[in-house]
Amino acid sequence: MNNIFAKRRDRLLAMKAARDSYIPREQRVTCPACGGQFVRREVSQALWVCPGCGHHWPVGAYYRLSTLLDSGSFRELNGKLPPADPLQFPGYPAKLAEARRKTGLDEAAVTALGTIGGHRCVIGVLDGRFLMGSMSAAVGEKLTQAIETACRRRLPLILVSASGGARMQEGILSLMQMAKTAGALARLDRRGLLYISVLTHPTTGGVTASFASLGDIILAEPGALIGFAGPRVIQQTIGETLPEGFQRAEYQQEHGFVDAVVPRGQLRDTLALLLRLHEKGGRHD
Amino acid sequence: MTELTAQQRVLIARHPQRPNLDDYINGLFTGFFQQRGDRLCGEDAAILGGVALYHGRPVTVIGTRKGRTLEENLERRFGMPNPEGYRKALRLMAQAEKFRRPVLTFIDTAGAYPGLEAEARGQGEAIARCLLELSRLTVPVIALVTGEANSGGALALAVANRVLMLENAVYAILSPEGFASILWKDAARHGEACELMKLTAPDLMRLGVIDEIVPEPDGGAHLARAIAIHQADLAISRHLGELTKLSGGTLAADRQRKFRAMGAAAPGEEGP
Ligand SMILES: [Zn+2]
Repeated sequence: MNNIFAKRRDRLLAMKAARDSYIPREQRVTCPACGGQFVRREVSQALWVCPGCGHHWPVGAYYRLSTLLDSGSFRELNGKLPPADPLQFPGYPAKLAEARRKTGLDEAAVTALGTIGGHRCVIGVLDGRFLMGSMSAAVGEKLTQAIETACRRRLPLILVSASGGARMQEGILSLMQMAKTAGALARLDRRGLLYISVLTHPTTGGVTASFASLGDIILAEPGALIGFAGPRVIQQTIGETLPEGFQRAEYQQEHGFVDAVVPRGQLRDTLALLLRLHEKGGRHD
Repeated sequence: MTELTAQQRVLIARHPQRPNLDDYINGLFTGFFQQRGDRLCGEDAAILGGVALYHGRPVTVIGTRKGRTLEENLERRFGMPNPEGYRKALRLMAQAEKFRRPVLTFIDTAGAYPGLEAEARGQGEAIARCLLELSRLTVPVIALVTGEANSGGALALAVANRVLMLENAVYAILSPEGFASILWKDAARHGEACELMKLTAPDLMRLGVIDEIVPEPDGGAHLARAIAIHQADLAISRHLGELTKLSGGTLAADRQRKFRAMGAAAPGEEGP
């Protein structure tokens, strides 16, 4: 009986994941980094990592989940949490509708319960296709509820970020999601629960300046742009060209802000190891 | 007085003669002792902090610091902090917790400084850490938005039990110029942005982002600084009186609950 449900969930996730790659459905794909041409199948089997140069294509949230979670373990949380328009910003509802139609997502975050290498966890993934993965009130609410689910069920938490930062059209309420998620993480921390933050391309702005930087362990995908201010703003401020590799994952590792840069092909095993190492949890009060 | 437009308030909030952090410190506190440095890397003049007596009682004071002269402003990067400033703030917050003193913050900043060095030393991490630590302090935290407060660089000092705001201060996700240039690729449309962004004190009161509006003298705080500071004093001392009655656990829980409720969509159902 359980098995049937697990299979059904698995098929559902696979279906959603299949819609979920950024790349046009053509037989040949060109790597934007090295210009190499590859058969689509070859690249998709490599989890959208370039076989030639190791470039990591951005991937959607369901696809990401399908590469990380044990098969049959995916249970979505809050799948239907609707976006809001708290400032009644002109043109915003139409923009949201368009993003929903284009991506098949309700909002820029997907949260779920699942297992990785047999270890139960709560996992949240931002999807950069939905208005650049920006932090709306709905995204903040969804992530906060995921953190609270981890607290309630005493489970480790994994958040995979990909975000341009704030959702402009939600103004100050977008900003407040930084405080809201940080407060929820304070409660998680107090319960002695593990939080792993995975930074993928790009992680910038208010997401970097809140939950993404607060992991007990912080991992990053190779080449991911990670920073608070965007490179263009910095360049305008200082009036000089930025050094090669500035704000990339490897740079952040070198500067002490990332525990490990982990290629996509090793992410699942790395997460499974970390979950195993923290199986006993920590102090709780 | 007729109602000001949002754009007019932005101009008043940025007025060079508006009371700045030094004015508030001189007007509200005695025995201010300035604490410098983050004990990791450096000192940042864009954030001023220390211990002082407020109506005879020790408090920790932290604020962004704009200058009045060009020289002061260059040294303080116009009140735009580097990570060292936020990490100094973190050090002072930890001491406030240790010595059981309330934290009073004063915010007037165009945002965290977007510099190469700031990024190299983890601007995002420094701000994130402030949000986390302020969330869980078990002493009263009161924030006063005094001028222009933008982005995570302002919020880093504003996760407070009570967020008070001067009548003509503005508080937003970023400057109207930045907003217009990101959203419409046209910074010249900043006037239009002002009106849409809901950045004035009355707007933020309606949205539940702030707790009280501190009245300013007619025409703005720059016309009568002492009166504006007196009004701030009345509001801060009243709120501090209320908060002092609460237990440490209640203070942290109330603060977290307050921000938890912001922008809450319809109550979500948990999954299967
Ligand atoms: Zn390549």
